[in-house]
Amino acid sequence: FAPHKTLLEVLREDLGLTGTKHGCELGECGTCAVLVDGKPVLSCLVLGLECEDRRVETVEGMAGPAGLHPLQKAFSDLGAAQCGYCTPGFLLTARALLEEKPKPTLAEIQDALAGNLCRCTGYIKIFEAVELAGAWMRGEEAEPRRETLYGFDYDESGLLPVLKP
Amino acid sequence: MKGREPTRVVGRPYARVDGPAKVTGQTKFADDLMLPRMLHCKLLRSKIAHARIIGIDVSRALARPGVVAIATGANLPIPFGILPVSQDEHALCTDRVRFVGDPVAAIAAVDEDAAFDALGAIEVTYEPLPPIATIEEGLAAAATPIHDYGDSGNIHKLVAMEFGDTEEGFSRADRIYEDLFFYEGNTHLPLEQHAALADYGPDARLTLWSSTQTPHYVHRALAKVLEMPAAKIRVVATPNGGGFGGKSDPFNHEIVVAHLSRVTGRPVKICLTREEVFYCHRGRHPTLMKIRTGVTSDGAITAMHLQTVLDGGGYGSYGVASTYYTGALQTVTYAVPAYRFEGARVFTNKPPCGPKRGHGTPQPRFAQEVQLDKIACDLGIDPAQIRRRHLQPANSLTANFLRVGSIGLGACIDKVVAASGWETRRGKLPHCRGLGLACSSYLSGAGLPIYWNTMPQSGVQLKLDRGGGVTVFCGSTEIGQGSDSILASIVAEVLGVDPFDIRVVTGDTDLTPVDLGSYSSRVTLMTGNAAIQAAGRAREMIVSVAAEKLDVPAARVALAEGRVFDVEEPSRGMPFADAVVLAESRFGTLGTVGSYSPPPSAGRYRGAGVGPSPAYSYSAAIVEVDVDPESGIYTVPKVWIAHDVGKCINPVLVMGQVEGSVYMGLGEAMMEEMAYRSDANANVVHKFPSMLEYKSPTTKESSQISTFLIEDPDANGPFGAKEAGQGPLLPIPPAVANAVYDAVGVRIDEIPVTPEKIARALKARAQGKPARVGPDRFPDVPYPAPIHVPTPAQGGDGRAVDAPVTSAGGVR
Repeated sequence: FAPHKTLLEVLREDLGLTGTKHGCELGECGTCAVLVDGKPVLSCLVLGLECEDRRVETVEGMAGPAGLHPLQKAFSDLGAAQCGYCTPGFLLTARALLEEKPKPTLAEIQDALAGNLCRCTGYIKIFEAVELAGAWMRGEEAEPRRETLYGFDYDESGLLPVLKP
Repeated sequence: MKGREPTRVVGRPYARVDGPAKVTGQTKFADDLMLPRMLHCKLLRSKIAHARIIGIDVSRALARPGVVAIATGANLPIPFGILPVSQDEHALCTDRVRFVGDPVAAIAAVDEDAAFDALGAIEVTYEPLPPIATIEEGLAAAATPIHDYGDSGNIHKLVAMEFGDTEEGFSRADRIYEDLFFYEGNTHLPLEQHAALADYGPDARLTLWSSTQTPHYVHRALAKVLEMPAAKIRVVATPNGGGFGGKSDPFNHEIVVAHLSRVTGRPVKICLTREEVFYCHRGRHPTLMKIRTGVTSDGAITAMHLQTVLDGGGYGSYGVASTYYTGALQTVTYAVPAYRFEGARVFTNKPPCGPKRGHGTPQPRFAQEVQLDKIACDLGIDPAQIRRRHLQPANSLTANFLRVGSIGLGACIDKVVAASGWETRRGKLPHCRGLGLACSSYLSGAGLPIYWNTMPQSGVQLKLDRGGGVTVFCGSTEIGQGSDSILASIVAEVLGVDPFDIRVVTGDTDLTPVDLGSYSSRVTLMTGNAAIQAAGRAREMIVSVAAEKLDVPAARVALAEGRVFDVEEPSRGMPFADAVVLAESRFGTLGTVGSYSPPPSAGRYRGAGVGPSPAYSYSAAIVEVDVDPESGIYTVPKVWIAHDVGKCINPVLVMGQVEGSVYMGLGEAMMEEMAYRSDANANVVHKFPSMLEYKSPTTKESSQISTFLIEDPDANGPFGAKEAGQGPLLPIPPAVANAVYDAVGVRIDEIPVTPEKIARALKARAQGKPARVGPDRFPDVPYPAPIHVPTPAQGGDGRAVDAPVTSAGGVR
């Protein structure tokens, strides 16, 4: 690839890894975040050449043979991905956080994700998904909170029980 | 009726059907698509806000390496626009540029760098014209208008209507309040930059993939400008990486790449830069408002008179509808027996404004809810109670002939009042903390389509294959709101299968029946009803063959959990797939259709086309603020919001819409603004077309949000459902302003409520001046004499008494 190409361009255009998105290509939105040697990096601000011999992880590498990464599953289950465009950047940044701090506080989650913009979710479901995935990764049998799924005081009287065939 | 029966899938928090693709990066957004021999397009945009184009010389640019084709306005002379009344845009400017960012030429080249490098070699000669920057300048520029059409001089649209006798209403009032408000413009800021890929084939057919919310209208615009038969054009709406209204217009770049593909015979792609996204804009109109309200001593409204003037920017866009919308929904929350509305939209040399989440209604809602807070404080009535006491009744016709169905607003107010401790905490919080309340309502789809016709607004086709597979085809566009999941949940409910076993094909004008698009919160209600009809027809066929096989009456056949069985003896039955085989054996290939048209509107006056909806959602919010009295810097630690969604098709998706709306409302209320430089460039050069400088809330500014989903089912909604994607934004800006007043006693009658404005108001108060920041004058607007429409209470039939009758009134 051409030496002036950013890591973002190399990933998307030369390697066909379009899971990494872009929102500004100026380092303002966090959408293009990937992990380089385990640390979140804005791929629009790094040259591809700078990544020689370094370990670059994109969203394509998150799911394993056993299925989705716990963060991916939590984001999907809770609707932390709405349009899904900022999602890869959030997932990778959150993954770096959980690897460093397996049980982050809400403030630590907010700090870690402060460089990633999301316009759909208001961040609430993203925080909840990171907390849930963290619990799963610690081996806890966690479930989403009721109010996460239904809000407070939801009236379930109109629902039939789920049948087990 | 379906809406009242208990449900099994509907109402449960299923994960989104598109979730796995989105969390693995496999969703293909427009810029992720690549075709062999694909060219890349770049637009040359005007750096001048207002000028005549004297000449364009592309010869040097054409000779640059890698450049394959160049287009200018001369190649695409036919105008277009989203509304039939505002066909005022060109794919590339023909003779005039009207804002910084208006595109004048386009280059297709072998790669992006080559296209970009050649832009500078295009020579455009301009004759500058004086730029028009503000509402006042726009009103004064009658002799030198930006467009050669409009209602008066440089005024794009003028509206004036009166429902009932407002003077009589004001004469009955114990008090009359008059206030001025201003709501600054702001933009959608979707994370995905607009992108489009066109492929014109040797068969003379065109395919355009685009991040659009409205493939149907892009389809129309392409056929018109390219002079191609619509049947030879296919528009595919790729999943939108955020829309919020910003991708609802047909755009220059979509037409340009289609043209360049036709000229070159090669696929052509464009992805706008972030700066260009700011120029596409179509965001919230800056709006100046004067609102005069008469009330009795217990707070009942006797009359209301609202005047608005909108800064439209350089083109029409949705602006005529936006203008009407600034006056349409004042009547659906609290009883307003007499109502007068005057609206105006002026052209200015700035990026065009259009529909952003709430389209034209957040501005007057801010004015109305802040004024009501002032009235309550002045009359010594609890702001929650003044609203609670005077709610518009359910199943009623408003003064302006909007037919409202279910109204869960009372329940919404009760929830947030109880949860926030409003009655014990308001006015009693520690120094500089405060609570503010506001309410709102929004449409669940517009009653009339943009192009008036009697065809359905939404269509669904269903295919059942003999393996038991179900595919839903619908023209709706997934912009992140979960429309694909709604279709899957509704069909799954009716056919008794798992939503994840349903394939959803949407937003493709070749493959799917028309749905008008993802705007005006129409999708769940309209596609949902169409899906119920299509699935109901398929269910009938399955039930009839299963009843025969099981030898029971059809009424005893149930579909649930992937089985078709006898309800009285559930073990007797068959898998859904077996029932499909039986049905196909009986009826042949299985496919059904469903469609939806909204009920006719009650209004028959000119302008009655804007405001009617099959159902109205309601919201109430309480916001808590913590203000630093020195700097004016404040935080919003907590928001309580209750939203009457009629019925949740999927509660976790509704939660996402409500939380996202609250967030976006807070962004507008606290910081977001489309600001222009006030220097030699005369307020027409965007101050900061970048995400770093256009301040939007980050994770660090996020508030704790407690959400309550209220279900007051509406007879017109699928299973009773109403909208959730826009309404919950509306109460947030006024609730913030009201909370700031509760906290520090100053009125900020302007959005955004910035720390600087709070500090200025506090300083003014310390100097003995009015503790208020906001507009202090309303310009002279040449509103025409209003049409007069007797209200339902006066025995009116929806027609104006002194104006020619139109078929349904409206925006044409």
